Amino acid sequence: MSHGLPRRSFDTWTVRSIVTTMIPLLIVLSILEMGSGLVLETLEETYLANPTLLILVPVMIDMGGNLGSILSSRLSTRLHLGTLSFSPRDVALWTNVAAILGLAVTIFAALAVAAYGIGRLYAGPMAFSDLLVISMVSGMVLAFVAVVLSIAASYASYRLGLDPDDTTIPIVTNLCDILGVVILSIVALMVLG
Amino acid sequence: MIDWGEARRIYAESIGVLTISLGGGILAGAVLGTEGMRDGFRAYPGLLLLLPAFLATRGNVYGALGARIASGLHQGLIEPRFERDRRLLNAVIASFINGITISVFIGFLSWLILQLLGRESAQLTELVGITLIAGTLTAFVLIVGLLALVFLGFRRGFDPDNLIGPIVTTLGDIFGVAFLYVALIVVEVLG
Repeated sequence: MSHGLPRRSFDTWTVRSIVTTMIPLLIVLSILEMGSGLVLETLEETYLANPTLLILVPVMIDMGGNLGSILSSRLSTRLHLGTLSFSPRDVALWTNVAAILGLAVTIFAALAVAAYGIGRLYAGPMAFSDLLVISMVSGMVLAFVAVVLSIAASYASYRLGLDPDDTTIPIVTNLCDILGVVILSIVALMVLG
Repeated sequence: MIDWGEARRIYAESIGVLTISLGGGILAGAVLGTEGMRDGFRAYPGLLLLLPAFLATRGNVYGALGARIASGLHQGLIEPRFERDRRLLNAVIASFINGITISVFIGFLSWLILQLLGRESAQLTELVGITLIAGTLTAFVLIVGLLALVFLGFRRGFDPDNLIGPIVTTLGDIFGVAFLYVALIVVEVLG
């Protein structure tokens, strides 16, 4: 960042340059996100009959990406510093993974409790045990996917010499965003039958 | 194999930010679950289809603006205040164009997919009308809100890089869903 020449960095601040670099990415991303939308639309009746499930949707869209970006940026910093190896016995790697899974347990348990409280304000409340299982199982599967994708992406950017901030972290967060709703829907269908 | 003291430290460092994002997501979810919103999903097939893309692009458009503003502040290219600076103005205008263009595209795409699958869909004008109105309103609130919070944080000595992710997802979720609801009502009244 700091080594960019003044003229070059000024050029990237034009409306044209910002729009033409962003729009193609946004179009590809929107098309991919439609996969996750299609799952929602297909299961419309399940979601509308159980409004409590709808409360989980925005958090499921965001949280995989949040967890993945925390882990990816921590791993990429350690890679830059040379203090991370991809050995299965690397303490720093497992310590980071343990912290992420701990965060996920807290967040998805809290989500179930909050969604249950809000859901009671609507017409059809859902059994708390069902909601807790749906939130925790889909949340932990999502966290696991985020961990695997973050490690794979950090490893790939390390081997291929890519800048994680520009390439791998956005890929991980967007993939997790897409998978969140898909995982939630599969788990909800299994629990609700 | 695991350094538990260090794991606890990483947990403590991140739990605050995630809790803010969780709160924003729950508020947005609470709006999605309301009877009015559910009626909207029933009345306008395609609205549920476009929801993930609509919410995710908020994060990408305004996250990119935030990252640009943060690096501009670090490099001293822009000042942490609202002023008629050419770079700041360009970045803001470009984010408006990106945010509104992609919203309209998402409304269109949702209609197109349902046509191709031969499924029931709302009118093209209804879906595009909803995403245009909701996209424009979220653009205003997110750009002004993001700049205000990042400038304030920067002047107080916080590193804006750490603020942007949670600000964008939290504001994006709450206002994205709330303005979809508003847009739904507007399209219903006009239709």
